[in-house]
Amino acid sequence: MCVSCFTQNFWNLLVLGLADGFLYALIAIGYTLVYGVLQLINFAHSEVFMSGGFAGYFILNAVIGTSSPGGVVSVGLVVLGIAGGAMAGGGVAFLLERVAYRPLRRRHAPRLAFLISAIGASFFLYNMAGKEFGRDAVEIPAPFTSGPVFSVFGAPVTTYYLVIAISAITMLIFLDRVVAGSKLGKGIRAVAQDAETASLMGVNIDRVISQTFVLGGLLGGAAGFLFGLNTGVVYTMGFTPALKAFTAAVLGGIGNIRGAMLGGLLLGVVENFGAGLFGTQWRDVVSFGILVLVLLVRPTGLLGERLGRSA
Amino acid sequence: MTLLRLIDLEVRYGAIRALQDVNVDVSEGEIVALLGANGAGKTTTLRTISGLARPVKGSVQFAGREIHRLPPHEVVGLGIGHAPEGRRIFPQMSVLENLEMGAYRRRGDLHQDTERVYSLFPVLKQRRRQDGGTLSGGEQQMLAIGRALMSAPRLLLLDEPSMGLAPLVVETIFSIISEIRKTGTTILLVEQNAAQALALADRAYVLENGRVVMADKARTLLNNERVRAAYLGEGAA
Ligand SMILES: Nc1ncnc2c1ncn2[C@@H]1O[C@H](COP(=O)(O)OP(=O)(O)O)[C@@H](O)[C@H]1O
Ligand SMILES: [Mg+2]
Repeated sequence: MCVSCFTQNFWNLLVLGLADGFLYALIAIGYTLVYGVLQLINFAHSEVFMSGGFAGYFILNAVIGTSSPGGVVSVGLVVLGIAGGAMAGGGVAFLLERVAYRPLRRRHAPRLAFLISAIGASFFLYNMAGKEFGRDAVEIPAPFTSGPVFSVFGAPVTTYYLVIAISAITMLIFLDRVVAGSKLGKGIRAVAQDAETASLMGVNIDRVISQTFVLGGLLGGAAGFLFGLNTGVVYTMGFTPALKAFTAAVLGGIGNIRGAMLGGLLLGVVENFGAGLFGTQWRDVVSFGILVLVLLVRPTGLLGERLGRSA
Repeated sequence: MTLLRLIDLEVRYGAIRALQDVNVDVSEGEIVALLGANGAGKTTTLRTISGLARPVKGSVQFAGREIHRLPPHEVVGLGIGHAPEGRRIFPQMSVLENLEMGAYRRRGDLHQDTERVYSLFPVLKQRRRQDGGTLSGGEQQMLAIGRALMSAPRLLLLDEPSMGLAPLVVETIFSIISEIRKTGTTILLVEQNAAQALALADRAYVLENGRVVMADKARTLLNNERVRAAYLGEGAA
Protein backbone atom coordinates (compact mmCIF):
# COMPACT_ATOMS: atom_id res chain seq x y z
CA MET A 1 0.00 0.00 0.00
CA CYS A 2 1.27 3.45 -0.88
CA VAL A 3 -0.62 6.24 0.82
CA SER A 4 1.56 8.99 -0.59
CA CYS A 5 1.02 7.70 -4.16
CA PHE A 6 -2.66 8.09 -3.46
CA THR A 7 -2.60 11.53 -1.84
CA GLN A 8 -0.23 12.96 -4.43
CA ASN A 9 -2.38 11.65 -7.22
CA PHE A 10 -5.74 12.30 -5.65
CA TRP A 11 -7.07 14.74 -8.27
CA ASN A 12 -5.67 12.72 -11.14
CA LEU A 13 -7.33 9.61 -9.81
CA LEU A 14 -10.58 11.48 -9.32
CA VAL A 15 -10.63 12.72 -12.91
CA LEU A 16 -9.78 9.27 -14.22
CA GLY A 17 -12.36 7.71 -11.94
CA LEU A 18 -15.14 10.02 -13.04
CA ALA A 19 -14.36 9.36 -16.70
CA ASP A 20 -14.52 5.61 -16.12
CA GLY A 21 -17.54 6.14 -13.93
CA PHE A 22 -19.52 7.93 -16.61
CA LEU A 23 -18.97 5.01 -18.95
CA TYR A 24 -19.98 2.50 -16.28
CA ALA A 25 -23.09 4.58 -15.61
CA LEU A 26 -24.09 4.56 -19.28
CA ILE A 27 -23.71 0.78 -19.47
CA ALA A 28 -25.28 0.16 -16.07
CA ILE A 29 -28.50 1.87 -17.17
CA GLY A 30 -29.03 -0.93 -19.67
CA TYR A 31 -28.83 -3.61 -16.98
CA THR A 32 -31.06 -1.76 -14.62
CA LEU A 33 -33.76 -0.88 -17.15
CA VAL A 34 -34.06 -4.43 -18.39
CA TYR A 35 -34.00 -5.78 -14.87
CA GLY A 36 -36.77 -3.37 -13.97
CA VAL A 37 -39.21 -4.65 -16.56
CA LEU A 38 -38.18 -8.32 -16.73
CA GLN A 39 -36.32 -9.12 -13.49
CA LEU A 40 -33.67 -10.47 -15.78
CA ILE A 41 -29.95 -9.71 -16.01
CA ASN A 42 -29.18 -9.26 -19.67
CA PHE A 43 -25.72 -10.82 -19.63
CA ALA A 44 -25.40 -10.20 -23.35
CA HIS A 45 -25.33 -6.46 -22.69
CA SER A 46 -21.53 -6.64 -22.98
CA GLU A 47 -22.01 -7.37 -26.68
CA VAL A 48 -24.35 -4.42 -27.07
CA PHE A 49 -21.46 -2.33 -25.81
CA MET A 50 -18.99 -4.06 -28.13
CA SER A 51 -21.23 -3.50 -31.16
CA GLY A 52 -21.19 0.23 -30.43
CA GLY A 53 -17.39 0.18 -30.43
CA PHE A 54 -17.25 -1.52 -33.81
CA ALA A 55 -19.92 0.70 -35.34
CA GLY A 56 -17.93 3.77 -34.26
CA TYR A 57 -14.78 2.23 -35.68
CA PHE A 58 -16.28 1.48 -39.09
CA ILE A 59 -18.03 4.80 -39.39
CA LEU A 60 -15.07 6.94 -38.39
CA ASN A 61 -12.75 4.83 -40.52
CA ALA A 62 -14.91 5.52 -43.54
CA VAL A 63 -15.31 9.21 -42.82
CA ILE A 64 -11.92 10.21 -41.45
CA GLY A 65 -9.51 7.98 -43.31
CA THR A 66 -6.05 9.38 -42.70
CA SER A 67 -6.91 13.03 -42.17
CA SER A 68 -6.57 14.66 -38.77
CA PRO A 69 -9.72 16.62 -38.15
CA GLY A 70 -10.15 19.54 -35.77
CA GLY A 71 -12.57 22.23 -34.70
CA VAL A 72 -16.21 21.91 -35.62
CA VAL A 73 -15.48 18.85 -37.73
CA SER A 74 -14.26 17.05 -34.61
CA VAL A 75 -17.46 17.84 -32.80
CA GLY A 76 -19.45 16.51 -35.75
CA LEU A 77 -17.36 13.34 -35.86
CA VAL A 78 -17.82 12.67 -32.15
CA VAL A 79 -21.57 13.13 -32.51
CA LEU A 80 -21.51 10.84 -35.53
CA GLY A 81 -19.55 8.19 -33.66
CA ILE A 82 -21.85 8.35 -30.67
CA ALA A 83 -24.93 8.20 -32.87
CA GLY A 84 -23.53 5.25 -34.82
CA GLY A 85 -22.52 3.42 -31.65
CA ALA A 86 -25.89 4.12 -30.10
CA MET A 87 -27.78 2.88 -33.13
CA ALA A 88 -25.75 -0.30 -33.33
CA GLY A 89 -26.23 -0.87 -29.60
CA GLY A 90 -29.95 -0.20 -29.84
CA GLY A 91 -30.23 -2.53 -32.82
CA VAL A 92 -28.33 -5.38 -31.19
CA ALA A 93 -30.34 -4.97 -27.98
CA PHE A 94 -33.56 -5.05 -29.98
CA LEU A 95 -32.53 -8.25 -31.76
CA LEU A 96 -31.36 -9.84 -28.53
CA GLU A 97 -34.76 -9.34 -26.98
CA ARG A 98 -36.52 -10.70 -30.02
CA VAL A 99 -34.32 -13.71 -30.59
CA ALA A 100 -32.95 -14.69 -27.17
CA TYR A 101 -35.66 -13.65 -24.71
CA ARG A 102 -39.08 -13.17 -26.23
CA PRO A 103 -39.51 -16.78 -27.36
CA LEU A 104 -38.69 -17.90 -23.82
CA ARG A 105 -41.19 -15.46 -22.39
CA ARG A 106 -43.88 -16.78 -24.68
CA ARG A 107 -43.23 -20.26 -23.30
CA HIS A 108 -43.07 -19.13 -19.69
CA ALA A 109 -39.60 -20.62 -19.48
CA PRO A 110 -37.92 -20.84 -16.07
CA ARG A 111 -35.45 -18.16 -15.01
CA LEU A 112 -32.42 -20.36 -15.62
CA ALA A 113 -33.35 -20.67 -19.30
CA PHE A 114 -33.10 -16.89 -19.69
CA LEU A 115 -29.69 -16.85 -18.07
CA ILE A 116 -28.40 -19.59 -20.35
CA SER A 117 -29.90 -17.92 -23.38
CA ALA A 118 -28.19 -14.66 -22.38
CA ILE A 119 -24.81 -16.32 -22.02
CA GLY A 120 -25.32 -18.19 -25.28
CA ALA A 121 -26.22 -15.02 -27.14
CA SER A 122 -23.20 -13.28 -25.67
CA PHE A 123 -20.82 -16.06 -26.79
CA PHE A 124 -22.41 -16.12 -30.21
CA LEU A 125 -22.13 -12.37 -30.70
CA TYR A 126 -18.57 -11.85 -29.59
CA ASN A 127 -17.26 -14.88 -31.41
CA MET A 128 -19.11 -13.74 -34.50
CA ALA A 129 -17.47 -10.34 -34.16
CA GLY A 130 -14.08 -11.98 -33.67
CA LYS A 131 -14.53 -14.06 -36.79
CA GLU A 132 -15.84 -11.22 -38.95
CA PHE A 133 -13.73 -8.33 -37.71
CA GLY A 134 -10.52 -10.09 -36.73
CA ARG A 135 -9.04 -11.11 -33.40
CA ASP A 136 -6.73 -8.16 -32.93
CA ALA A 137 -7.67 -4.84 -31.48
CA VAL A 138 -8.06 -2.02 -33.97
CA GLU A 139 -7.88 1.68 -33.30
CA ILE A 140 -10.69 4.07 -33.99
CA PRO A 141 -9.23 6.93 -36.06
CA ALA A 142 -9.05 9.93 -33.76
CA PRO A 143 -11.89 12.39 -34.36
CA PHE A 144 -9.95 15.01 -32.37
CA THR A 145 -6.47 15.52 -31.01
CA SER A 146 -6.70 14.92 -27.32
CA GLY A 147 -4.69 17.09 -24.99
CA PRO A 148 -5.11 18.81 -21.67
CA VAL A 149 -7.82 21.46 -21.80
CA PHE A 150 -7.58 22.68 -18.25
CA SER A 151 -6.52 21.25 -14.95
CA VAL A 152 -8.05 20.81 -11.53
CA PHE A 153 -5.49 21.13 -8.74
CA GLY A 154 -2.79 20.09 -11.13
CA ALA A 155 -4.68 17.15 -12.62
CA PRO A 156 -5.04 17.63 -16.38
CA VAL A 157 -8.52 17.23 -17.83
CA THR A 158 -8.06 16.13 -21.42
CA THR A 159 -10.30 16.61 -24.44
CA TYR A 160 -11.17 12.93 -24.23
CA TYR A 161 -12.37 13.17 -20.64
CA LEU A 162 -14.40 16.25 -21.49
CA VAL A 163 -16.01 14.47 -24.42
CA ILE A 164 -16.96 11.57 -22.15
CA ALA A 165 -18.32 13.82 -19.42
CA ILE A 166 -20.34 16.08 -21.69
CA SER A 167 -21.84 13.33 -23.81
CA ALA A 168 -22.55 11.07 -20.83
CA ILE A 169 -24.21 13.83 -18.84
CA THR A 170 -26.33 14.76 -21.85
CA MET A 171 -27.44 11.17 -22.38
CA LEU A 172 -28.10 10.53 -18.70
CA ILE A 173 -30.25 13.63 -18.38
CA PHE A 174 -32.11 12.66 -21.54
CA LEU A 175 -32.72 9.17 -20.18
CA ASP A 176 -33.82 10.53 -16.83
CA ARG A 177 -36.35 12.84 -18.49
CA VAL A 178 -37.65 10.09 -20.76
CA VAL A 179 -38.28 7.76 -17.84
CA ALA A 180 -39.80 10.47 -15.65
CA GLY A 181 -42.00 12.24 -18.13
CA SER A 182 -42.65 10.48 -21.41
CA LYS A 183 -45.37 8.03 -22.23
CA LEU A 184 -42.73 5.35 -22.81
CA GLY A 185 -41.14 6.16 -19.45
CA LYS A 186 -44.45 5.82 -17.66
CA GLY A 187 -45.08 2.57 -19.48
CA ILE A 188 -41.67 1.27 -18.41
CA ARG A 189 -42.28 2.20 -14.78
CA ALA A 190 -45.78 0.75 -14.82
CA VAL A 191 -44.56 -2.55 -16.27
CA ALA A 192 -41.78 -2.62 -13.67
CA GLN A 193 -44.23 -2.11 -10.81
CA ASP A 194 -47.08 -4.33 -12.00
CA ALA A 195 -46.97 -5.63 -15.55
CA GLU A 196 -50.43 -7.18 -15.58
CA THR A 197 -52.11 -4.04 -14.33
CA ALA A 198 -50.09 -2.00 -16.81
CA SER A 199 -51.61 -4.09 -19.59
CA LEU A 200 -55.08 -3.39 -18.17
CA MET A 201 -54.29 0.31 -18.54
CA GLY A 202 -53.53 -0.18 -22.21
CA VAL A 203 -49.78 -0.68 -22.08
CA ASN A 204 -48.54 -3.09 -24.71
CA ILE A 205 -46.08 -4.98 -22.52
CA ASP A 206 -44.16 -6.57 -25.38
CA ARG A 207 -43.67 -3.23 -27.02
CA VAL A 208 -42.51 -1.57 -23.81
CA ILE A 209 -40.05 -4.38 -23.15
CA SER A 210 -38.68 -4.06 -26.64
CA GLN A 211 -38.31 -0.30 -26.31
CA THR A 212 -36.67 -0.73 -22.92
CA PHE A 213 -33.98 -2.92 -24.47
CA VAL A 214 -33.47 -0.36 -27.23
CA LEU A 215 -33.20 2.52 -24.76
CA GLY A 216 -30.57 0.67 -22.73
CA GLY A 217 -28.88 -0.42 -25.95
CA LEU A 218 -28.57 3.16 -27.19
CA LEU A 219 -26.63 4.20 -24.10
CA GLY A 220 -24.59 0.99 -23.99
CA GLY A 221 -23.62 1.31 -27.66
CA ALA A 222 -22.65 4.96 -27.25
CA ALA A 223 -20.51 3.97 -24.27
CA GLY A 224 -18.84 1.30 -26.42
CA PHE A 225 -17.78 3.95 -28.91
CA LEU A 226 -16.54 6.35 -26.23
CA PHE A 227 -14.60 3.54 -24.55
CA GLY A 228 -13.16 2.36 -27.87
CA LEU A 229 -11.84 5.83 -28.68
CA ASN A 230 -9.25 5.40 -25.97
CA THR A 231 -8.53 1.68 -25.83
CA GLY A 232 -9.29 0.52 -29.34
CA VAL A 233 -11.91 -1.96 -30.38
CA VAL A 234 -11.78 -5.74 -30.15
CA TYR A 235 -14.35 -8.51 -30.00
CA THR A 236 -13.74 -9.20 -26.31
CA MET A 237 -13.85 -5.56 -25.25
CA GLY A 238 -17.27 -5.82 -23.62
CA PHE A 239 -16.46 -8.39 -21.00
CA THR A 240 -14.76 -6.44 -18.22
CA PRO A 241 -16.44 -3.03 -18.54
CA ALA A 242 -19.87 -4.63 -18.74
CA LEU A 243 -19.26 -6.82 -15.72
CA LYS A 244 -18.15 -3.74 -13.82
CA ALA A 245 -21.17 -1.80 -15.00
CA PHE A 246 -23.30 -4.66 -13.74
CA THR A 247 -21.49 -4.27 -10.43
CA ALA A 248 -22.31 -0.58 -10.54
CA ALA A 249 -25.98 -1.33 -11.18
CA VAL A 250 -26.09 -3.68 -8.20
CA LEU A 251 -24.18 -1.14 -6.13
CA GLY A 252 -26.78 1.53 -6.82
CA GLY A 253 -29.69 -0.87 -6.46
CA ILE A 254 -30.56 -2.94 -9.51
CA GLY A 255 -33.72 -1.64 -11.12
CA ASN A 256 -33.09 1.86 -9.86
CA ILE A 257 -32.02 4.26 -12.63
CA ARG A 258 -30.47 7.00 -10.55
CA GLY A 259 -28.88 4.24 -8.52
CA ALA A 260 -27.17 2.96 -11.67
CA MET A 261 -25.82 6.43 -12.41
CA LEU A 262 -24.59 6.91 -8.87
CA GLY A 263 -23.21 3.36 -8.70
CA GLY A 264 -21.32 3.84 -11.96
CA LEU A 265 -19.64 7.05 -10.87
CA LEU A 266 -18.87 5.68 -7.44
CA LEU A 267 -17.37 2.49 -8.80
CA GLY A 268 -15.22 4.37 -11.31
CA VAL A 269 -13.84 6.63 -8.61
CA VAL A 270 -13.36 3.96 -5.99
CA GLU A 271 -11.56 1.55 -8.27
CA ASN A 272 -9.16 4.27 -9.39
CA PHE A 273 -8.57 5.22 -5.79
CA GLY A 274 -7.95 1.56 -5.09
CA ALA A 275 -5.51 1.38 -7.97
CA GLY A 276 -3.73 4.48 -6.65
CA LEU A 277 -3.54 3.09 -3.16
CA PHE A 278 -2.63 -0.53 -3.82
CA GLY A 279 -1.26 -0.43 -7.36
CA THR A 280 -2.97 -0.80 -10.73
CA GLN A 281 -3.04 -4.58 -10.56
CA TRP A 282 -5.51 -4.26 -7.67
CA ARG A 283 -8.04 -2.30 -9.67
CA ASP A 284 -10.41 -5.13 -10.55
CA VAL A 285 -9.97 -6.74 -7.15
CA VAL A 286 -11.25 -3.53 -5.63
CA SER A 287 -14.32 -3.31 -7.91
CA PHE A 288 -15.39 -6.88 -7.41
CA GLY A 289 -14.52 -6.77 -3.74
CA ILE A 290 -17.00 -3.92 -3.54
CA LEU A 291 -19.63 -6.00 -5.31
CA VAL A 292 -19.28 -8.80 -2.79
CA LEU A 293 -19.30 -6.37 0.12
CA VAL A 294 -22.41 -4.57 -1.08
CA LEU A 295 -24.21 -7.83 -1.59
CA LEU A 296 -23.31 -8.93 1.92
CA VAL A 297 -24.13 -5.70 3.70
CA ARG A 298 -26.90 -4.19 1.63
CA PRO A 299 -28.27 -6.65 -0.92
CA THR A 300 -30.68 -4.09 -2.39
CA GLY A 301 -27.87 -1.64 -3.14
CA LEU A 302 -27.39 1.94 -2.06
CA LEU A 303 -30.67 3.36 -3.33
CA GLY A 304 -32.71 0.18 -3.13
CA GLU A 305 -34.30 -1.99 -5.73
CA ARG A 306 -37.09 -0.42 -7.73
CA LEU A 307 -37.63 1.17 -11.08
CA GLY A 308 -40.69 2.78 -9.60
CA ARG A 309 -39.45 6.26 -8.82
CA SER A 310 -40.07 8.90 -11.42
CA ALA A 311 -36.46 8.58 -12.41
CA MET B 1 -79.15 -2.69 -26.20
CA THR B 2 -76.84 -5.45 -25.05
CA LEU B 3 -73.38 -4.06 -24.46
CA LEU B 4 -71.62 -7.14 -23.14
CA ARG B 5 -72.47 -10.75 -23.76
CA LEU B 6 -70.65 -13.78 -22.38
CA ILE B 7 -71.63 -16.90 -24.26
CA ASP B 8 -70.99 -20.44 -22.98
CA LEU B 9 -67.69 -19.39 -21.46
CA GLU B 10 -65.31 -22.03 -20.23
CA VAL B 11 -62.02 -20.99 -18.66
CA ARG B 12 -59.38 -23.25 -17.19
CA TYR B 13 -56.22 -22.88 -15.14
CA GLY B 14 -54.43 -26.04 -16.14
CA ALA B 15 -56.59 -28.85 -14.85
CA ILE B 16 -58.81 -26.56 -12.78
CA ARG B 17 -61.99 -25.52 -14.52
CA ALA B 18 -62.70 -22.04 -13.19
CA LEU B 19 -65.71 -21.25 -15.39
CA GLN B 20 -68.14 -23.47 -17.20
CA ASP B 21 -71.10 -22.63 -19.44
CA VAL B 22 -71.19 -19.08 -18.20
CA ASN B 23 -73.75 -16.90 -19.94
CA VAL B 24 -74.07 -13.28 -18.88
CA ASP B 25 -75.70 -10.29 -20.54
CA VAL B 26 -75.18 -6.68 -19.60
CA SER B 27 -77.26 -3.98 -21.23
CA GLU B 28 -76.19 -0.42 -21.80
CA GLY B 29 -76.77 1.71 -18.71
CA GLU B 30 -77.27 -1.17 -16.27
CA ILE B 31 -75.51 -2.08 -13.09
CA VAL B 32 -75.20 -5.85 -13.03
CA ALA B 33 -73.84 -7.61 -9.98
CA LEU B 34 -71.89 -10.85 -10.07
CA LEU B 35 -72.14 -12.59 -6.71
CA GLY B 36 -70.63 -15.70 -5.28
CA ALA B 37 -68.44 -17.12 -2.57
CA ASN B 38 -64.67 -17.07 -2.59
CA GLY B 39 -63.37 -19.12 -5.52
CA ALA B 40 -66.68 -19.11 -7.39
CA GLY B 41 -65.10 -17.65 -10.51
CA LYS B 42 -66.03 -13.96 -10.29
CA THR B 43 -62.54 -12.59 -10.79
CA THR B 44 -61.89 -15.05 -13.58
CA THR B 45 -64.98 -13.77 -15.37
CA LEU B 46 -63.74 -10.19 -15.26
CA ARG B 47 -60.22 -11.23 -16.25
CA THR B 48 -61.62 -13.07 -19.25
CA ILE B 49 -63.56 -10.00 -20.34
CA SER B 50 -60.40 -7.90 -20.12
CA GLY B 51 -58.30 -10.41 -22.02
CA LEU B 52 -56.12 -11.46 -19.08
CA ALA B 53 -57.54 -14.98 -19.25
CA ARG B 54 -58.39 -16.86 -22.43
CA PRO B 55 -61.52 -18.98 -22.69
CA VAL B 56 -61.09 -22.50 -24.03
CA LYS B 57 -64.72 -22.41 -25.14
CA GLY B 58 -67.36 -19.79 -25.77
CA SER B 59 -66.99 -16.14 -26.56
CA VAL B 60 -67.03 -12.62 -25.20
CA GLN B 61 -68.89 -10.03 -27.24
CA PHE B 62 -68.67 -6.34 -26.57
CA ALA B 63 -70.76 -3.86 -28.54
CA GLY B 64 -71.45 -6.58 -31.06
CA ARG B 65 -67.81 -7.49 -31.54
CA GLU B 66 -65.95 -10.63 -30.52
CA ILE B 67 -63.14 -9.60 -28.17
CA HIS B 68 -61.92 -12.73 -26.40
CA ARG B 69 -58.86 -13.09 -28.60
CA LEU B 70 -57.69 -9.53 -28.09
CA PRO B 71 -54.80 -8.71 -25.75
CA PRO B 72 -55.72 -6.67 -22.65
CA HIS B 73 -54.16 -3.46 -23.90
CA GLU B 74 -56.52 -3.48 -26.86
CA VAL B 75 -59.60 -4.38 -24.85
CA VAL B 76 -59.28 -1.25 -22.73
CA GLY B 77 -59.09 0.79 -25.91
CA LEU B 78 -62.53 -0.49 -26.93
CA GLY B 79 -64.06 1.03 -23.83
CA ILE B 80 -63.75 -1.47 -20.99
CA GLY B 81 -62.23 -0.08 -17.81
CA HIS B 82 -61.20 -2.55 -15.11
CA ALA B 83 -60.61 -1.81 -11.42
CA PRO B 84 -59.01 -5.12 -10.50
CA GLU B 85 -59.25 -7.22 -7.38
CA GLY B 86 -56.88 -5.96 -4.71
CA ARG B 87 -56.85 -2.47 -6.32
CA ARG B 88 -53.39 -2.91 -7.85
CA ILE B 89 -52.35 0.71 -7.57
CA PHE B 90 -48.88 1.50 -8.95
CA PRO B 91 -47.30 2.03 -5.55
CA GLN B 92 -44.42 4.23 -6.64
CA MET B 93 -46.33 6.48 -8.94
CA SER B 94 -48.13 9.54 -7.69
CA VAL B 95 -51.93 9.60 -7.57
CA LEU B 96 -51.93 11.83 -10.64
CA GLU B 97 -49.58 9.49 -12.50
CA ASN B 98 -51.80 6.56 -11.60
CA LEU B 99 -54.73 8.42 -13.10
CA GLU B 100 -52.71 9.24 -16.20
CA MET B 101 -51.89 5.54 -16.55
CA GLY B 102 -55.62 4.89 -16.79
CA ALA B 103 -55.70 7.10 -19.87
CA TYR B 104 -52.59 5.52 -21.37
CA ARG B 105 -54.17 4.86 -24.75
CA ARG B 106 -55.85 8.21 -25.03
CA ARG B 107 -54.43 11.31 -26.60
CA GLY B 108 -55.00 14.96 -25.97
CA ASP B 109 -55.90 16.97 -22.93
CA LEU B 110 -56.94 14.94 -19.90
CA HIS B 111 -57.66 17.88 -17.66
CA GLN B 112 -61.44 17.48 -17.77
CA ASP B 113 -61.18 13.78 -17.07
CA THR B 114 -58.95 14.23 -14.05
CA GLU B 115 -61.21 16.99 -12.74
CA ARG B 116 -64.18 14.68 -13.10
CA VAL B 117 -62.43 11.99 -11.07
CA TYR B 118 -61.42 14.57 -8.48
CA SER B 119 -65.00 15.74 -8.20
CA LEU B 120 -66.14 12.17 -7.57
CA PHE B 121 -63.27 11.55 -5.14
CA PRO B 122 -62.15 14.90 -3.66
CA VAL B 123 -59.59 13.19 -1.44
CA LEU B 124 -57.63 12.13 -4.52
CA LYS B 125 -57.13 15.76 -5.46
CA GLN B 126 -55.60 16.50 -2.06
CA ARG B 127 -53.33 13.52 -2.44
CA ARG B 128 -52.49 13.95 -6.11
CA ARG B 129 -48.75 14.32 -5.57
CA GLN B 130 -48.53 11.54 -3.02
CA ASP B 131 -47.33 8.06 -4.02
CA GLY B 132 -50.14 5.59 -4.59
CA GLY B 133 -48.55 3.17 -2.15
CA THR B 134 -48.95 5.62 0.73
CA LEU B 135 -52.75 5.84 0.46
CA SER B 136 -55.16 4.12 2.80
CA GLY B 137 -57.11 1.10 1.55
CA GLY B 138 -60.22 3.15 0.88
CA GLU B 139 -58.29 5.85 -0.95
CA GLN B 140 -56.55 3.19 -3.03
CA GLN B 141 -59.91 1.76 -3.99
CA MET B 142 -61.09 5.20 -5.02
CA LEU B 143 -57.93 5.62 -7.05
CA ALA B 144 -58.43 2.24 -8.70
CA ILE B 145 -61.95 3.23 -9.74
CA GLY B 146 -60.85 6.70 -10.79
CA ARG B 147 -58.00 5.24 -12.81
CA ALA B 148 -60.38 2.89 -14.61
CA LEU B 149 -62.67 5.85 -15.37
CA MET B 150 -59.76 7.70 -16.98
CA SER B 151 -59.99 5.35 -19.96
CA ALA B 152 -63.45 6.86 -20.61
CA PRO B 153 -65.03 3.41 -20.51
CA ARG B 154 -68.47 2.45 -21.73
CA LEU B 155 -68.30 -0.53 -19.40
CA LEU B 156 -66.70 -0.42 -15.99
CA LEU B 157 -65.62 -3.68 -14.34
CA LEU B 158 -65.31 -3.46 -10.56
CA ASP B 159 -63.82 -6.42 -8.70
CA GLU B 160 -64.82 -6.40 -5.01
CA PRO B 161 -64.50 -2.67 -4.38
CA SER B 162 -65.62 -3.18 -0.77
CA MET B 163 -62.97 -5.76 0.08
CA GLY B 164 -61.27 -5.09 3.39
CA LEU B 165 -62.80 -1.64 3.88
CA ALA B 166 -64.58 -0.16 6.88
CA PRO B 167 -68.40 -0.02 6.56
CA LEU B 168 -68.45 3.76 6.28
CA VAL B 169 -65.93 3.72 3.44
CA VAL B 170 -67.88 0.98 1.69
CA GLU B 171 -70.96 3.18 1.90
CA THR B 172 -69.11 6.07 0.26
CA ILE B 173 -67.79 3.89 -2.51
CA PHE B 174 -71.16 2.35 -3.27
CA SER B 175 -72.81 5.75 -3.43
CA ILE B 176 -70.13 6.90 -5.87
CA ILE B 177 -70.71 3.82 -8.00
CA SER B 178 -74.32 4.85 -8.38
CA GLU B 179 -73.14 8.38 -9.26
CA ILE B 180 -70.99 6.91 -11.99
CA ARG B 181 -73.92 4.99 -13.42
CA LYS B 182 -75.93 8.21 -13.62
CA THR B 183 -73.38 9.55 -16.07
CA GLY B 184 -74.21 6.73 -18.43
CA THR B 185 -71.42 4.26 -17.67
CA THR B 186 -72.51 0.64 -17.60
CA ILE B 187 -71.18 -1.32 -14.63
CA LEU B 188 -70.44 -4.97 -13.97
CA LEU B 189 -69.88 -5.23 -10.23
CA VAL B 190 -68.29 -8.26 -8.59
CA GLU B 191 -69.03 -8.55 -4.89
CA GLN B 192 -69.07 -10.88 -1.94
CA ASN B 193 -70.96 -8.21 -0.07
CA ALA B 194 -74.25 -9.36 -1.58
CA ALA B 195 -76.65 -7.20 0.42
CA GLN B 196 -75.09 -3.94 -0.64
CA ALA B 197 -74.47 -5.06 -4.20
CA LEU B 198 -78.09 -6.17 -4.63
CA ALA B 199 -79.34 -2.88 -3.20
CA LEU B 200 -77.43 -1.05 -5.91
CA ALA B 201 -77.72 -3.35 -8.92
CA ASP B 202 -80.52 -3.71 -11.45
CA ARG B 203 -79.85 -7.39 -12.03
CA ALA B 204 -77.51 -9.99 -10.64
CA TYR B 205 -75.96 -13.35 -11.40
CA VAL B 206 -74.92 -15.83 -8.76
CA LEU B 207 -71.89 -18.00 -9.46
CA GLU B 208 -71.15 -21.27 -7.73
CA ASN B 209 -68.13 -23.38 -8.63
CA GLY B 210 -67.75 -21.64 -11.94
CA ARG B 211 -71.38 -21.94 -13.02
CA VAL B 212 -74.20 -19.46 -13.04
CA VAL B 213 -76.76 -20.88 -10.65
CA MET B 214 -79.13 -17.93 -10.48
CA ALA B 215 -79.84 -14.90 -12.61
CA ASP B 216 -82.58 -12.42 -11.91
CA LYS B 217 -83.60 -8.90 -11.03
CA ALA B 218 -81.70 -7.71 -7.99
CA ARG B 219 -84.91 -7.08 -6.06
CA THR B 220 -86.14 -10.60 -6.70
CA LEU B 221 -82.85 -12.10 -5.56
CA LEU B 222 -82.89 -10.02 -2.39
CA ASN B 223 -86.06 -11.84 -1.44
CA ASN B 224 -84.91 -15.25 -2.58
CA GLU B 225 -84.66 -17.76 0.27
CA ARG B 226 -81.56 -19.45 -1.02
CA VAL B 227 -79.75 -16.19 -1.65
CA ARG B 228 -80.68 -14.91 1.75
CA ALA B 229 -79.35 -18.05 3.37
CA ALA B 230 -76.16 -18.37 1.43
CA TYR B 231 -75.11 -14.79 0.78
CA LEU B 232 -76.97 -12.49 3.12
CA GLY B 233 -75.89 -14.24 6.28
CA GLU B 234 -79.33 -15.35 7.41
CA GLY B 235 -79.77 -18.74 9.08
CA ALA B 236 -80.10 -21.98 7.13
CA ALA B 237 -82.77 -22.06 4.44
N1 LIG C 1 -53.93 -18.14 -11.38
C1 LIG C 1 -54.66 -19.22 -11.01
N2 LIG C 1 -54.14 -20.47 -11.11
C2 LIG C 1 -54.85 -21.54 -10.75
N3 LIG C 1 -56.09 -21.51 -10.29
C3 LIG C 1 -56.68 -20.31 -10.17
C4 LIG C 1 -56.00 -19.11 -10.52
N4 LIG C 1 -56.82 -18.07 -10.30
C5 LIG C 1 -57.96 -18.59 -9.84
N5 LIG C 1 -57.89 -19.94 -9.75
C6 LIG C 1 -58.96 -20.85 -9.33
O1 LIG C 1 -60.09 -20.58 -10.14
C7 LIG C 1 -61.25 -20.59 -9.36
C8 LIG C 1 -61.98 -19.27 -9.49
O2 LIG C 1 -61.21 -18.27 -8.89
P1 LIG C 1 -61.61 -16.73 -8.92
O3 LIG C 1 -62.08 -16.38 -10.27
O4 LIG C 1 -60.47 -15.97 -8.38
O5 LIG C 1 -62.83 -16.71 -7.90
P2 LIG C 1 -63.49 -15.52 -7.12
O6 LIG C 1 -63.03 -14.23 -7.71
O7 LIG C 1 -64.95 -15.74 -7.28
O8 LIG C 1 -63.06 -15.65 -5.69
C9 LIG C 1 -60.83 -20.94 -7.95
O9 LIG C 1 -60.98 -22.32 -7.78
C10 LIG C 1 -59.39 -20.56 -7.91
O10 LIG C 1 -58.69 -21.34 -6.99
MG1 LIG D 1 -62.05 -12.68 -6.73
